[in-house]
Amino acid sequence: MYRSHVLICGGTGCTSSGSAEIEKALISEIEKNDLSNEVKVVKTGCFGLCALGPIMIIYPEGSFYSMIKVEDIPEIVSEHLLKGRVVKRLLYKETVTDDEIKSLNETDFYKKQHRVALRNCGVINPENIEEYIGRSGYEALGKVLTEMSQDDVIQTLLDSGLRGRGGGGFPTGLKWKLAKNLVKEGQKYVCCNADEGDPGAFMDRSVLEGDPHVIIEAMAIAGYAIGANQGYIYVRAEYPIAVERLEIALKQAREYGVLGDDIFETGFSFDIGLRLGAGAFVCGEETALMTSIEGNRGEPNPRPPFPAEKGLFQKPTILNNVETYANIPQIILNGAQWFSSMGTEKSKGTKVFALGGKIHNTGLVEVPMGTTLREVIEEIGGGIPNGKKFKAAQTGGPSGGCIPVEHFDIPIDYDNLINIGSMMGSGGLIVMDEDNCMVDIAKFFLEFTVDESCGKCTPCRIGTKRLYEILDKITKGQGTLEDIDRLEELSNYIKENSLCGLGQTAPNPVLSTLRYFKDEYIAHVVDKRCPAGVCKDLLSYEIIAEKCKGCTACARVCPAGAITGTVKTPHVIDKTKCIKCGACVEKCKFGAIIKK
Amino acid sequence: MKSLAELKAIKDKMQNQVGVRIENECGTRIVVGMATCGIAAGARPVLNAFVNGVADKKLENITVTQTGCIGLCQYEPIVEIHEPGKEKVTYAKMTAEKAMEVVEQHLVRGQVVKEYLIDIK
Repeated sequence: MYRSHVLICGGTGCTSSGSAEIEKALISEIEKNDLSNEVKVVKTGCFGLCALGPIMIIYPEGSFYSMIKVEDIPEIVSEHLLKGRVVKRLLYKETVTDDEIKSLNETDFYKKQHRVALRNCGVINPENIEEYIGRSGYEALGKVLTEMSQDDVIQTLLDSGLRGRGGGGFPTGLKWKLAKNLVKEGQKYVCCNADEGDPGAFMDRSVLEGDPHVIIEAMAIAGYAIGANQGYIYVRAEYPIAVERLEIALKQAREYGVLGDDIFETGFSFDIGLRLGAGAFVCGEETALMTSIEGNRGEPNPRPPFPAEKGLFQKPTILNNVETYANIPQIILNGAQWFSSMGTEKSKGTKVFALGGKIHNTGLVEVPMGTTLREVIEEIGGGIPNGKKFKAAQTGGPSGGCIPVEHFDIPIDYDNLINIGSMMGSGGLIVMDEDNCMVDIAKFFLEFTVDESCGKCTPCRIGTKRLYEILDKITKGQGTLEDIDRLEELSNYIKENSLCGLGQTAPNPVLSTLRYFKDEYIAHVVDKRCPAGVCKDLLSYEIIAEKCKGCTACARVCPAGAITGTVKTPHVIDKTKCIKCGACVEKCKFGAIIKK
Repeated sequence: MKSLAELKAIKDKMQNQVGVRIENECGTRIVVGMATCGIAAGARPVLNAFVNGVADKKLENITVTQTGCIGLCQYEPIVEIHEPGKEKVTYAKMTAEKAMEVVEQHLVRGQVVKEYLIDIK
């Protein structure tokens, strides 16, 4: 037995901030101190607080160290692990109060969270199936195979109220029921959509990296419920750590007999293949995803027929998102009642959000449905940095919309978000402050969809391009009021006429910003002004002569040589030369340069 | 692994290990003084004896942890046992053998081992 466990985050966030070197240094330091038999080092998945990585947590004390450097390792080993003295200086500052060290669960970031899908992330070593089993892993599969009928499983899911976490919010139990009943016999498939492509979203990646076995277990349960013996996980190749851990997990699952023939001696057989996506956003759309698994170019197809009837290789197929699967073993073990006791009337359970943008605690949070945006942003997320004012939150990525401050207190669930013109999406939540220009944001997302439109249908292929061009014109100060009307008309046309979800939702960023921030569009068009000071063509920099001391700092930093003046006399910016980089503003100590 | 019984065997083996990683605020805490004085007096084998003893006896809801100098260096290795709702019990001049006895008597049977209690004159 080890007396102490040191958990190091091995998620993508912390890996890119150097957790692999820290792990190496830690292991060698532990060996040096002859503690190898007493202290176990475990590389886990994501803890959620990516902004403070690399993160390390030492049990049994539960000390949460953040932003660790390799140089800190000898001190942590000799002080904490050897002598039991917590190194306060390196602790996550939220856990340190004047006279005591708080438990992690009492910090603002964690106390409102409720971890179901992420329950093992940051707790177990994802590369060790036995640790997953130690946390009741594969027990749900055992229960399903030995105690429940196919209909029992489906009924449990229906009763739980679980809805698809990939964005659409379709009831999972209903999807399974259709796949079981529409076609009774023959080959069927179970697929997992791990092609998480929304900019700023990384919930699914964290589950795959931190708890890959939960997906395998849930897919096997799905296979039993609908009568399938083969599954596919479609994961994007841009997630190398997730792919590697999935491969390890699949191999271990086969070795331990929870995949393969005659699982738990029940006669049920199931196996899973891994398919890597080549980076096309449209492949996150279900029909395009299946076309891609079949080996064809990833393009969507009209529905119906729905996958439950004719899906992969024209056989009945269910396709669920990673986070949806991650909830299922817990629902089987704890019961539908347990799950449906969390959340709102029509949206049960919890939802994982990837917090990003202008927020203190960038990272991953899981909260019960019905939590308000205010709680997520202000309490868990720690608010907006630098004393700036909150302007809007963007949910649902390129398919979603912006939620302005007046809707800060609505409980987050599928239906509420749609009512206010956004959508749940996969759970990316990008926070924007007063320095973000909403026209520019809409343009950013349209640029993305123009790039990612597969080109199969005209409304999406040409429509998004035209939308982008109008937005570009507006940000350059060349827009007219008719352009604003045309934006709206074209958006609605694209929504109604596109073939798949990508095109049908692509205008959402435009429509929602038009709905809540029309004044900003009008400011760009009529006043030729960008209120947030983002659109370069509408900006000009000026030096206020009374405040300028003539220190020359701005002239020296200007890359375009646009600032002239002699020492101790006010300087002047030549607007024809100025490239509006803002370097002078940052350099000026007297606040003499203003952006207009 | 072919059967549910085998799955359960693995779970039983691993549960204790992974269980260390869940913060346990209501259970019993065994705290071993592990400052320089404690280590010099032999606190490490004591700590390990507690860890293994608790695991062997499959005792649940018990955290074995360490702390810095308790301030009574001449009595090290010192071990404090905090049970919810009871007064703290402090054992002094512990050894691995004494630790095993404390596990057996105090933690399993609930009888404080009086002869090992700290005795400050």
